[in-house]
This record gives sequence, C-alpha cells and structure tokens, in this order.
Amino acid sequence: MIVENRRSLMLKKIAAHGFLLLFLIVIMFPFLVVISISFREGNFSVGSLWPDKPTLEHWYLAFGVEYLRADGVLVKPPFPVLLWMWNSVKLALVSAFGVLAISTISAYAFSRIRFRGRAALLDSLFIVQLFPNTLALIALYAVFDSLGGISPIIGIDSHWSLILVYLSGIMMHIWTIKGYFDSVDPALDRAAAIDGATAWQSFRLVFLPLAVPIMSVVFVLVFIGVINDYPLASILLRQEDNLTLAVGSRLYLNEFKYMWGDFAAAAVLSGAPITVVFLIAQKYLVSGLSEGAVKG
Amino acid sequence: MRKPLPSVASFWLMKALLALFVLGLLYSAWIVYLVGQPLFGMLLVIVAVVCGVVFSHKRFYTYRFVVPGMVTMALFVIFPIVYTIYLGFTNYGSFNLLHYERSQQVILSSNIVDSASARPFSVIKDGENYRIFISRLDGKGGYKSTVSKLTSSPSILLSQDVLSAPEQTLSRRDVIKLRKALAQVTVILPSGDEMRSAGLREFAGIQPEYVLQEDQSVVNQLTKEQFWPDHETGFYTDSDGNRLTPGWRTNIGWGNFERIITSAGIRGPMWSIFLWTIGFAVASVAFCFAIGLALAVALQWPHLRARSFYRVMLILPYAVPAFISILVFKGLFNQNFGEINLLLKGLFGVQPDWNTDANLARTMLLIVNTWLGYPYMMLLAMGFLQAVPEDQKKAAYIEGAGPLRVFFTITLPQIIPPFVPLLLASFAFNFNNIVLILLLTRGLPDIPGTIIPAGETDILGSFTYRIAFMDSGAQFGLAGAITLIIFILVSIIAYASFVAMRKTEGVAS
Repeated sequence: MIVENRRSLMLKKIAAHGFLLLFLIVIMFPFLVVISISFREGNFSVGSLWPDKPTLEHWYLAFGVEYLRADGVLVKPPFPVLLWMWNSVKLALVSAFGVLAISTISAYAFSRIRFRGRAALLDSLFIVQLFPNTLALIALYAVFDSLGGISPIIGIDSHWSLILVYLSGIMMHIWTIKGYFDSVDPALDRAAAIDGATAWQSFRLVFLPLAVPIMSVVFVLVFIGVINDYPLASILLRQEDNLTLAVGSRLYLNEFKYMWGDFAAAAVLSGAPITVVFLIAQKYLVSGLSEGAVKG
Repeated sequence: MRKPLPSVASFWLMKALLALFVLGLLYSAWIVYLVGQPLFGMLLVIVAVVCGVVFSHKRFYTYRFVVPGMVTMALFVIFPIVYTIYLGFTNYGSFNLLHYERSQQVILSSNIVDSASARPFSVIKDGENYRIFISRLDGKGGYKSTVSKLTSSPSILLSQDVLSAPEQTLSRRDVIKLRKALAQVTVILPSGDEMRSAGLREFAGIQPEYVLQEDQSVVNQLTKEQFWPDHETGFYTDSDGNRLTPGWRTNIGWGNFERIITSAGIRGPMWSIFLWTIGFAVASVAFCFAIGLALAVALQWPHLRARSFYRVMLILPYAVPAFISILVFKGLFNQNFGEINLLLKGLFGVQPDWNTDANLARTMLLIVNTWLGYPYMMLLAMGFLQAVPEDQKKAAYIEGAGPLRVFFTITLPQIIPPFVPLLLASFAFNFNNIVLILLLTRGLPDIPGTIIPAGETDILGSFTYRIAFMDSGAQFGLAGAITLIIFILVSIIAYASFVAMRKTEGVAS
C-alpha cells in the first residue's frame, strides 16, 4: 500500500462513494419506477414514486386472476402471463439439456481425441459462432413453413421447431467446455486408458463427473439465452397461447392499447425469478464467459 | 476395469435402431423434397449417409463424438445462412410465394360467373333442411336440388327437372339470412352445368377464368387475352407486360442487388442505415467499455468499503432479462406519460420527443444500450485488472507518477490485448442487436421518401427483419440480398476476431 495523506484520502473516499451512489441512483431509477407503477391505479398512471392509492389490480391481472374494482367493474386479465412464463421455461429447460448433451460430448472429443480435421473444425466453430442467427431468419422461416407440410409438430408455431433451432447454438459452448477439459490433468485419462477404458467410458466415467461445474455454467447460459431470445421466437411462434414471455410482453405496450400498469406488474413478476437465478450464478458465469472467449 | 463384451442381442438392437434412424431421415428427406425444399432434402440425405457410415464402422469411432454437434450446426445454423443468401438471388416474397406448378394451379382454378346464364332462384324449406329451386330460362318449371342443411361449409347439390315452380318458398328476408351458406353451394344441373349463387336473386353458370394452352400459355376466357409464363420474372405476362398473380419463385440473378444499387429510394436509406449501424455499434462498445472500465477501477480501489454491495447493485442491469429492461425503457421514454419526460419537465421544463426526432431516438437507443451493456464490460475488466501486477504500479507511484498516468501507461496497455477479442465480439453483437431496435423503436421514426419502409434508427439487421416479416409485405428475396451484405461485413469482423484470438493465444502460451 502506498502511504497517502490522510486528509486527501478521506476526500477521495467521499468522492468515490458519492460518484458510485449517484451512478447507482441513475441505474436503479427504472427498477424503482416500474415497481411503483405496478401498484398505481390505471394504465396511464402518473404519480409519485410512493403510490398515493396503492392497488393490487395489476398484480391480480398478472397472475391471471380477475380483479373486482371498488366501483364494481370486473377486470379480466389481458394476457396469459403465467402461460407465457411456462412456455419460456419449458423451451429453456429442454434446450439447455439438449445443448448440454451435444456440446459436452463434442467438447470432450475436441479436447482429448486426436482425429483428422480437428483443428479445422474447431476454427470453423469459432468463426460460425460469430455469425448471428438473425442472418438465418428468412431461411428458417421458409424451411419450417415447408416442414409444416410434413407434420405441424415441426412447422411454424410449434415449440419443437424452436427447440431444434436453439439446439444448434452450441458453437460457443463447445469452446467453453473444451477449455475446461483442457485443464484436466492428462494423467487421469491415460490411467483410464491403461485400465482398458474406451473413449466413451473415460468420457462418461472420468470426464463427465468432473465437468459438473462448467456444465452448470453452460446450462444457465443457455437457459437465460433462450428466455431472452426475441427474433427467432417472434417469427416462429404465432398464436397467443404459444408465445414466450419475450414475444408476448411486447403486446402490452401496443400504440393503440397501452397497458403500462399491467405491463409493470407482469415485468416485475417475470423478471424477478430470472434475475435471482442470474445473481446466484453470476460468479461462475463470468469466469465461464471470459475463459470460453479467451482461452483457446 | 475389464471392458464388458457387448452381447449379441444388444449389438443387433443398436444396428436396427441405427438403420431405422437412417431410413427415417431418408424418408423425411424425400418428403422435404416433395414439399419444395430440395436443398434441405439433399442436406438431410447427406446427414443420413454420414450418420449411417460413422455409427456403423468401428474405424470412425472417434467421429461419433462430434457428429451430433456438427449435424445440428450444419442443419440449423450454416444451411439457413447459406439458404437465406441464396434466396437473395430469387424473387421469393408475398407475390411470388409458390412454386411454378402450384401457382399455375391457382390461376387455373379461379372461376368466373357467366352472367349470360344467370337465372332466378328460390329456397324451399323441407323440414329441417332446404332445397334450392332454379328457374328455367323460359320461365316454365326448373330444377329442384337435393336437400341440404345449408351450413356454411362448401357443398355440391345434384338437381332434377321439375315441371312447375314450387308454391311455398322462403321470403326474401329469410333468403338474405342464408346468404353466407348459399355462397358456398354449387348446384349441378341434369345437363352437368355447374351453377353458383350470383347475388341475392340469381344463380349463374360458372366457368374457369383461364384455360391452359398447348404451349403452356393461359387464355382469359372473357377477354381472350393470352398470357405466357415468364421464368425471368416469375409471372404470367401478356404482350403489354400485364401480369397475373400469384407469380412463382424463380431465380432472378442479381435483380435484387440491382434494385438496391440503382433505385435511389432504396440506396439512399440503405446507406444511411449502414452508417448508423456502424456508428451505433462503435458508440455502444465505446460507452460500455469506458463506463465499465471506470467502475471496475473504482471497485478495485482497496480503500473503498462496501465493494461487494456496489458490485452486486452495479451488475443488476445485466441480471434482469434484456427484453424486460428494454420494454421498461420504452415506457419510461414515452413522449407524454413516460417518467423520464415528467422528470425532465419538472427539473428543466423540457419534454424531448424521443420517438419522433431522429437524433433523440438514436440518443435514446445509445443510453439504453449503454445501461444494458456496461456491467458485462465491468465484470470482464475486474477480472483482467487483477492480473496487472501491483509491483509495477507501486514502482511508478514511487517514481512520482500520478494515478491517471499510472492507469494510462501501466494498467491500460496490459488489459487491452486480452480485451480486444471481447470488444470485437461485442461489436459484432451490437452490429446485429436487433432485439434492442425491434423492442424499443421498431426502427421508427421512418425516413421520409423511401420506397420500402426504412427507419432512422434501423440497423441493417432490423431493416432486413422489417422487409421480411413486418409492414412491407414479406419481400424475402430483397431481404436475403441485404443479408448477403450484412454477411460480408460480419465476415470481416469475424476474421478480425479470429486473428485477434490467435494472437492472444500466442501471448498466453
């Protein structure tokens, strides 16, 4: 530690706290306002941060329960928020398990097995990963539109089609898991090989148990990625009951039917669980993120 | 551990499952080919062959680990990108949605009512059901149909000759009530002619509007005009260039690109959108990096208390799902009842029109994107800052350097190299950050005087999305052409990232 003048250190501390607190206020402003709005009356609500006449109307509606106002008007929930949440969670869970299965197996091969074309494949994974899936939207729409002719299960407006597309987003995750496998001591799999284990056995019995931490990181990353996806879900899903939260929430802020209060409650309700999951996992996520991106 | 020998039964079971899987894939490929996706069908055949070979030969054992991943990647990432670009060379869109054979069928199946054969009709109630009576042209007797419930689904009724008109018929008002159901009915006369309702009082004979000729042209039965299939444009056209719809999908070569380059109504907005896309991506990365780094440095200061509290609070914007935050900002920035304008009005007496002024809308996007993106940069910077040796900083302080000088000469040069690939990735991400644009502004306000809707805040990706899936009528071909342009730009960024990654790899090892 460098010896500093006490007085100037004190001033610096006050300045630092002041700056950080001011910044925090600006950053937190949207959250506070949204929470406040979810308890205000009406949908064009204007008022103080602490609502004058708090009401639970928007919260009832967000949970899909009808609300009886004091003046006897019965308000019906505008959208099936809980159903949308369930759709999102369902898609995210299935995709996360699928991605995990495929990418862990591939990552093991890329890390431990020498085969022809390995380096080229790895490089192409990295390059393909940089192309956003929004480039493929039109073809995906056209392909699934035709596939719907075979069976509606793999057509437009089916969750299975969407899962198939999400499953293909494995490139980055293969790199992340491979980076982790690379750091596993080679003596381990050599020992397994001496004992006569096949590549599959040493993967399943040695590497898979070791990979649980990085697999949970990838799981959460895919989960959050699917919940947050808008472009793919918005072109492949049509009916209101099939929508995910990301596509559905937009309907609240329609220019012609503006439901600011209802949206606020739905947003807090659906955002809170995901935020909590993320905050719990963030320490591991960040290391996973930077390792996968930097390490070769 | 001894390797257990696989039993004969399970060996054959695996073989049978594999064979079933391959056959299933081949069958799907055939159907996909039939429904008009020959390219995707071909890809499925390749996938089937690769799977069959790799999983049945011991020689390719190691490839079994990578095949599943590569297959999904090929089917739903690489193929769609290539196919989208291929569509850029076609006229695929709402006017040219079908294939040639299908569009010919549609044109040939359209019917016209032959008004010369129109004759009055009446409806007879027969218990729960109805019969339709069509008068003969000379007025004596007519044709009485079989019974029908007259629901609104299409139905065909036979009829027979009767000598006199029925006495009890439904009143005009009751017939009007049935008009929807009547529109679905076709009555076949004993002579074999088909009659359909032509207005509320008459049934008339119908005939196909177009008849196919030997030379593949079609002739309009009313005007006797002849239309030839033009595979260059994907439409039936007559000698004056009039077109029949629907057209069909066809390869139009560089047509879409010519449109982009030669039509001022497209080229102008494209250029401004391109510049804004670059500007948006650069500015987003720069702001997020600067703010994230500054906060990381502040949080790294050992004298600061409650650092973990600040850290958690500061990454909140990253933890909340982006689509929710963006929509929240959409509401907050609302011109009339958004909280931000209320605050600004109270403090400074101004109410900026965030949604209609181009520059303000762009500012709004950058504010929101910085809010969303700085925590990621902050977290990364905190990691990299820890790797900078304390000793060097101390030595510099002892030599009399100020904190700023130390930061810019010691700290920054050491964290920039590992940051470069991440900054490039972030640039590539923002270059195509269509979620933000679509949810916050939808590209609005629109640029005046364009042929296709293009917005002041549109980036190339959201512009493509709008052309293909929103207001301007599904111009998939044109959107595909723009996708190729984006693809080339992204390729350049991707190559740069790749080189940067290789470099840091070299430094690290």
